[in-house]
Amino acid sequence: MQNFILSAITFLPLVGMLLVLVTPGKHKGLIRWGSVAFSLLPFGLSIVLLVSAHFFPPQGIFLFEEKYAWFPQVNATYHMGVDGLSMPLVVLTTFLTPLALLISMSVEKDVKAYYALFMLLETAVIGAFVSLDLLLFFVFYELSLVPMYFLISLWGGANKRYASLKFILYTMFASLGMLLAIQVIGLASGSFDLPYLFSEAGRPFVGKNTVNMLVGNGMWQAIAFGAFSLAFALKIPIWPLHTWLPDAHTEAPTGGSMMLAGILLKLGGYGFLRMVLPLFPDAAREFAPVLAVLAMLSIVLGAFAAWGQTDFKKLVAYSSVNHMGFVALGIAVAASAMGAAAAMPAEGAHKAAGYVGEALIESARIAGNGAVLQMITHGLSSAAMFAVVGIVYERAHTRDLNKLGGLWTIMPKYGAIMIFCAMGSVGLPGLSGFVSEFLVTRGAWGSSFTLLTVISMLGLLVTGIYILKAIQKVLHGPVGHEWEHHPPKDINWIEILGVAPLMVAMLLLGLLPSIVLNPINFSIAALIR
Amino acid sequence: MTFPILTLIMLSPFVGAGVILLIPKDRHEAIKVVAAAFSAVSLALSFFVFAGFNTAKGGFQFVESVPWIPELGISYKVGVDGFSAPQLLLTGIVMFAAVLVSWGKNDRPREFFAFLLILVGGVFGAFMSLDLFLFLIFYEMVLFPVYVLVASWGSGRKEYAAMKLTIYLFLGSLVAIIGVLAVYFYAGNSFDFEVIQKFMAAKQGGFEFQRLWFLPVFIGFGVLASIWPLHNWSPDGYASAPTAVSMLHGGVLKATGAYAALRFAIQLMPEGAKYWLPLVVFLCLANVIYAGAVAFRQRDLKYIIGFASVAHLGLVLLGLCALNVYGLNGAGYELFAGGVMTGLMFALVGIIYERAHVRDVDKLDGLARVMPIAAVAFVIGSLSAMGMPGLPGFVAEVQIFMGLWQASQQVYPYMANTVAWWYGAVAVAGVLTVVITAAWTLITGAKIFFSEPKTAEWQKLPGLNALEKVAIVFMCAVLVIAGVFPNSVMSVVSAGVQAILKTLGVAA
Repeated sequence: MQNFILSAITFLPLVGMLLVLVTPGKHKGLIRWGSVAFSLLPFGLSIVLLVSAHFFPPQGIFLFEEKYAWFPQVNATYHMGVDGLSMPLVVLTTFLTPLALLISMSVEKDVKAYYALFMLLETAVIGAFVSLDLLLFFVFYELSLVPMYFLISLWGGANKRYASLKFILYTMFASLGMLLAIQVIGLASGSFDLPYLFSEAGRPFVGKNTVNMLVGNGMWQAIAFGAFSLAFALKIPIWPLHTWLPDAHTEAPTGGSMMLAGILLKLGGYGFLRMVLPLFPDAAREFAPVLAVLAMLSIVLGAFAAWGQTDFKKLVAYSSVNHMGFVALGIAVAASAMGAAAAMPAEGAHKAAGYVGEALIESARIAGNGAVLQMITHGLSSAAMFAVVGIVYERAHTRDLNKLGGLWTIMPKYGAIMIFCAMGSVGLPGLSGFVSEFLVTRGAWGSSFTLLTVISMLGLLVTGIYILKAIQKVLHGPVGHEWEHHPPKDINWIEILGVAPLMVAMLLLGLLPSIVLNPINFSIAALIR
Repeated sequence: MTFPILTLIMLSPFVGAGVILLIPKDRHEAIKVVAAAFSAVSLALSFFVFAGFNTAKGGFQFVESVPWIPELGISYKVGVDGFSAPQLLLTGIVMFAAVLVSWGKNDRPREFFAFLLILVGGVFGAFMSLDLFLFLIFYEMVLFPVYVLVASWGSGRKEYAAMKLTIYLFLGSLVAIIGVLAVYFYAGNSFDFEVIQKFMAAKQGGFEFQRLWFLPVFIGFGVLASIWPLHNWSPDGYASAPTAVSMLHGGVLKATGAYAALRFAIQLMPEGAKYWLPLVVFLCLANVIYAGAVAFRQRDLKYIIGFASVAHLGLVLLGLCALNVYGLNGAGYELFAGGVMTGLMFALVGIIYERAHVRDVDKLDGLARVMPIAAVAFVIGSLSAMGMPGLPGFVAEVQIFMGLWQASQQVYPYMANTVAWWYGAVAVAGVLTVVITAAWTLITGAKIFFSEPKTAEWQKLPGLNALEKVAIVFMCAVLVIAGVFPNSVMSVVSAGVQAILKTLGVAA
């Protein structure tokens, strides 16, 4: 079991996809419910991961490792494993997929293809999270674009062609640079194996792992760092690389938006923590202030942009920029402490300097924990918010906040759910968003980015404003006269089934964050030394 | 006496052509069954060669050698190494699929299939010849059936395209032949590949000769591999050619050009290669960029695929120019996988054209509803072309571009400053082209298959028949297997490349 559980989690959805494909297209109910049921299998297995990792915490090592020969000509292997960084994200993926499938029950067009693509998407994302080989990671990372592209371009809204093309061109263009950097790393270190590349012997562009072409090794480190960062920053997305996101979100079908915001964006944050920081610690430390400023701008400008929207879905889309800004801020703080221990004076030397270094590492670890938890939190809350938007759009056929209004009286259950999810998004204490944003800001405060932290926290104020604006415009006020004669039906039980687990998870993580924070902390502590 | 498996692979299509000519011309079904049967034999045997190739041993295997014209040093000598074994399999795959896709051909099928089989027999022969004279016979033999097939069964400006194609390829091969003859006389009157190669490798003072003759041989064969700016025959030719010919020519025949450039230019004149390839790389880069850009502006489906095949060969040639283990590995793999991809794409375009009689991208829409398998196959093929991980294009591109990176820190003894730093820039520029390809593929595929069905006429088109489904699914399966398990093909290719590098005097 130890040796193939990760492969099983990764490829079970692919098996599901094949099952969907061989099911005759006229059995729509069978395809829908079969897919939901089938997608509970990887979820169950990933719970096994979570529980066992809780009892045997990964202290800086990878659990459930698998390694087989795959592409020996370039020395790439099929190497998988999880640690505290990737495991919660795997669980998040397997948790969100059945819920997104449930919410997608109302899709009527080409049901078979839709559910098949969803399964493919799940395989690709899980594969990216568990890969411990750069080339294998890249395979899954790029593979995730294909189903998402088709989900947007085939089941999207009016402007789907433009949005899907923008989405895939932006991300592909950025990941090409990463591919080139991966190749040069492979040439320098002679391996794509991440644990080896992290080790002293394998770190690229250092020591004997050098390349002698065009420019020097210091420059290569900077170029490779830049290429990786560009790809992942665009994925997160960090201002000013975020412009593909509102388009893609607005046009995507509800289930697709849930996956996109809930999971695909996390590949960016994960990539920073898994690859950029340990592979290029010096460059990461040097450029941490730039990342921090951009993160602050994402938080503040994202919040203002969300406030300015009249389209409900666009508002939620910009809130992703706002919330993921905190992930970026946490990463920036973590990056600023990379290699700080090595720079610290030896024992018996200047004590005050040593003290500052320790405090910096402490703060960086807190912020790093916060960044990972914020990814989980945002995965839950954004998925919930997109579900909420989708539910109202299906009934009202408009997302214009000025046309909606007064729906609480007509849809009381929906109103309660929406308010709960909105509070989760804004970070109400007791819900998970509070814990993660607190950790990030606490960590950032103790770093060299105190001023940026202050400005970012002011941005949180605007977060409150736009969330309240959404609640007010949708639920309160006079009932739009369009609804008087044809009042929309309240949320149905399938939709409740799709959203309720998200609410439970938000509450659970808000009250007992240690469920996931323990493993996360072990890995973050191993990363930031 | 070992079992002459290679000879059987090569003879099977020729015998098939002979049998077909004996069948009365109105027995269409019988003609097609015979064609399919003989190409199935070649496919099965070439798979056996591919699977039975001893990768640990390397070198030339399944060798058969019989003296033929001993006075001139000519013998019938065939054999495969790791580089050519996958190309035999490729030829078998594309041929088999091409016959299945052409099942609906009812215009003089007897002559059509006979010529098609002769064409394939020539290609098989070219890939396995270890005698230069024998190789040239097969190489020239292919040109004639192509001319007839395009001019008689083609569409559009078929006479013009057939003539253009033939003149280009004929002139190219003429130049190459003169070069090969020069090598023959220089090496002391032997046509045996291995003998000449040993001679050239041992001869220390041959640099002047190699510098003079490398380029004619490389470019001469390069014309068939559509090296820029001599690629011009290719899109016109493919646009006019019948489906099966486009598949075979774009997927397989072009590969013989690149293969010959490696075998007879690079391997026989390694010093010349080291002198010229750092400059020739720019032509190959132009292939990739120019063809990608032109394809982007095309509105005719077949021209789009035609230019894509020019770009695909450009990648192969780039790999050859890198002249190191990654580059040659990538080139060998791309010849195989890109060939299957090109065959698949031409098959799909042919299937659409046969039904709709339109190849204009702007006029086609919503085809996914009537031919979902074709839609999925088109997506797989085009994703492979743009280097999507999990498909063969990625495996090839990773190796070829790593080869180019590596090449930029390689020592070139004949360069002024000994390091050809621009290879790195070539790699970056080449990869950027992938974005162009991506944009073009996505727009085209989305437009013709997945757009809203506007034209009611297209929604009444018949779907794929059983044989077409078999052919398409078969080629897709090959692509997916080769892409997900790169080692399935790479283990054979790299065994060949190791030996080649040793003869070139380049560290593996």
